[in-house]
Amino acid sequence: MPIVIALVLIAVGSVAFHLWNPWWLTPIASNWQYIDATIAITFWITGVVFTAVILFMAYCVFRFRHIPGRQAAYEPENKKLEWWLAIVTGVGVAAMLTPGLFVWSQFVTVPANATEFEAVGQQWNWAFRLPGKSGRLGTSDVKYISSDNPLGVNPNDPNGKDNIVIVGDDLHLPVGKPVKVLLRSVDVVHDFYVPEFRAKMDLMPGMVTRFWFTPIRTGEFEILCAGFCGVGHPQMRGKVVVDTESDYQTWLGKQQTFAQLSTPAK
Amino acid sequence: MSEVTADTVGSIGPAEVPEVELYHAHTWLTKYVFCQDAKVIAIQYSLTAMAIGLVALVLSWLMRLQLAFPGEFSLIQSDNYYQFITMHGMIMVIYLLTALFLGGFGNYLIPLMVGARDMAFPYVNMLSYWIYLLAVLILVAGFFAPGGPTGAGWTLYPPQAILSGTPGHEWGIILMMASLILFIIGFTMGGLNYVVTVLQCRTRGMTLMRLPLTVWGIFTATVMALLAFPALFVGCVMMTLDRMLGTSFFMPSIVELGQQLTYSGGSPILFQHLFWFFGHPEVYIVALPAFGIVSDLISTHARKNIFGYRMMVWAIVGIGALSFIVWAHHMYVSGMDSYFGFFFATTTLIIAVPTAIKVYNWVLTLWRGDIHLTVPMLFALAFIVTFVNGGLTGLFLGNVVVDVPLSATLFVVAHFHMVMGVAPIMTVFGGIYHWYPKVTGRMLNETLGRVHFWVTFVGAYAIFFPMHYLGLLGVPRRYYELGDTAFIPPSAATLNVFITVAALIVGAAQMVFLFNLFWSLSRGKESGPNPWRANTLEWQTPQTPPGHGNWGKELPVVYRWPYDYSVPGAEQDFIPQNQPAFAKVG
Ligand code: HEM
Ligand SMILES: [Cu+2]
Ligand SMILES: [Cu+2]
Repeated sequence: MPIVIALVLIAVGSVAFHLWNPWWLTPIASNWQYIDATIAITFWITGVVFTAVILFMAYCVFRFRHIPGRQAAYEPENKKLEWWLAIVTGVGVAAMLTPGLFVWSQFVTVPANATEFEAVGQQWNWAFRLPGKSGRLGTSDVKYISSDNPLGVNPNDPNGKDNIVIVGDDLHLPVGKPVKVLLRSVDVVHDFYVPEFRAKMDLMPGMVTRFWFTPIRTGEFEILCAGFCGVGHPQMRGKVVVDTESDYQTWLGKQQTFAQLSTPAK
Repeated sequence: MSEVTADTVGSIGPAEVPEVELYHAHTWLTKYVFCQDAKVIAIQYSLTAMAIGLVALVLSWLMRLQLAFPGEFSLIQSDNYYQFITMHGMIMVIYLLTALFLGGFGNYLIPLMVGARDMAFPYVNMLSYWIYLLAVLILVAGFFAPGGPTGAGWTLYPPQAILSGTPGHEWGIILMMASLILFIIGFTMGGLNYVVTVLQCRTRGMTLMRLPLTVWGIFTATVMALLAFPALFVGCVMMTLDRMLGTSFFMPSIVELGQQLTYSGGSPILFQHLFWFFGHPEVYIVALPAFGIVSDLISTHARKNIFGYRMMVWAIVGIGALSFIVWAHHMYVSGMDSYFGFFFATTTLIIAVPTAIKVYNWVLTLWRGDIHLTVPMLFALAFIVTFVNGGLTGLFLGNVVVDVPLSATLFVVAHFHMVMGVAPIMTVFGGIYHWYPKVTGRMLNETLGRVHFWVTFVGAYAIFFPMHYLGLLGVPRRYYELGDTAFIPPSAATLNVFITVAALIVGAAQMVFLFNLFWSLSRGKESGPNPWRANTLEWQTPQTPPGHGNWGKELPVVYRWPYDYSVPGAEQDFIPQNQPAFAKVG
């Protein structure tokens, strides 16, 4: 009998824990509310199934536990019941998958008006590059990397000259504007992760990976590395500051370009 | 259903080929050490797996201590923390669970359950164990090598795995590669045996649709492993070449700590595809034997036929096949072509259907049963709870957009521990309590068994259920310390302490289990040949423990499926598979 009580407690207790525990998604700061909505749908469906299955099990164990004289039923199959259960499950799965795929198609479709910026990872810190007046990021390659060109910007590409390079400092973004993040790693796999933005993506050495989002509120957010990258992995932090448009412009005006950095003032 | 009713004796034809003479061991060494008897090999596999599993358990304590009390233990630094994680994960998945289910349960149960005298190729089977042992020793050697074992994470992703920012990049990673390569070679020898034995060595009357689900689970898992491990094998070989000869299979141009390396042109993402082409099926290589074993435990201890046997078989085979086209759900945020997301999310969620059918059928087997709450039954119930829980959180992670925020957080750690850690381990325990009497002739102590069950089940749930919510909050996995992180409230640290305490208690309960295993060997109650009154053939052997050759003079003949429990009108509530007709009451 203790097992019946334990099963009921697990079913009820898990739901109670879900409702009242203090740990939950961080307050969202990007346009990906749809992701949160899909999580909520999934919680509802899976929660109902979990409680139903465990409580049904508890009932069976209680009702059909061995007592002297009990004989089990003999019922090898019940095709109708089995098919019904399969169909209902299929419907439940579709109810989670369909919204999921809709949101994914938005996730992978970068809006045309998104501005680009680049996040570059190396063991164990972040650097960033923003396009300058020309609005373009110059090409880059690991082979150009040197002490005064830490991001490997191509010195022969005119588009790179006015790029703004941020090393060892915070990234700023304007609120309400979609941004496309280009990700590059010069050594191992890292992952650009800001919990409040929901979105994340790996930095895959040898490739440029990308994702997009729109910051929807101002504030400071911590960038964590979510791709295991060696002993310094937990220390690989950065900060992104979401500014109002005017604050952003002020900040932008104070940053140095690639050209300024590579020919330091004499 | 024709499978259910007993055939008349005459309809089972004579054997088509005569029996071949079984090899016979003559010396102590060939009888107990270099032994070719699958039952001895099974025990060797199981004891080795449990011994190395104990190492992984101790490592989990060290990791949990660090997570609950960061900085308190000078012994646990960032680099050895990552070595602990890596060795813990790899040992648990490969060297404990895979070896125990296939090498341990597979070797013991396949020949007995199909009515064979031994495996098809006993000599190769013996080699399989010794190569496995060698693989384990090389793995352990990592702890003593200069620089220690690899700390690359059990996924071993290059470039990180072979660069100097990762502990154990000197020797550890090479030993890990060598050990895995040997493991796969050894496994292939055993695996071919299991497959051929199931297909070719069944006794007369044992049709495929009369195999116990345990055999179906182990058989399908073995076929999958034979197809999946080669991907890991080539991945390991290529990475070893990258590390030792400077090739660039997985290595693009890299600047490491300001230094240009000579690598160029390789693809780190290719390794991830190879790894997960193995790694995802691996989840089911561990799960399918558990599915099978649990089905038999539930049926036997609820004295009722398994519900929907044919659907169960097709679900096992279907899950096995589907699990080869879902691997990239581990790579949703790897930067692979974003359209893959649509495909892999769909295939992944489709697997939920056959998986759910299995759960329904287990639960429906309990319905109108005659449930004996024995220790194996309790563990089977615990399996269902933890498996359902872990399976449902899989629907979060499989649904590509939901995975985006949750990947690489503690949600993932909680999910996979529930579904492929705790649930299969529950089955392992249930299976050991169930078959120990056949292996030793004695019962495991019931009281100790119940203590072990309660602490392990409740404790494991308490460890991993709350952990999901830390992941939802955004706490990343593989973090040696969380440091000061604005979005993580102090209450998270409290929960971490709670989880660690639970983990230590669960760990201690395993000592009760080990004690029980050794104590009952000489002190356990004598079990007799068939203490659970079960139908499958292994309980019908002329001797307990079964002798060399399993069956005495005559091989058993099978007349019915293994689930004839509580057949209306039968005298007893079970009818063994080798019993031709049953005595009606009155
Ligand atoms: C009570 C038992 C266990 C405890 C307390 C435990 C604890 C842990 C902890 C603390 C981690 C590190 C999580 C992190 O990245 O922050 C971990 C990782 C892991 N564990 Fe366990 N574990 C247990 C049992 C198991 C079992 C039975 C399996 C078998 C499947 C398993 C497989 C893994 C794997 C694959 C990893 C990932 C390693 C990596 O990130 O490279 N664990 N475990
Ligand atoms: Cu990292
Ligand atoms: Cu998977």
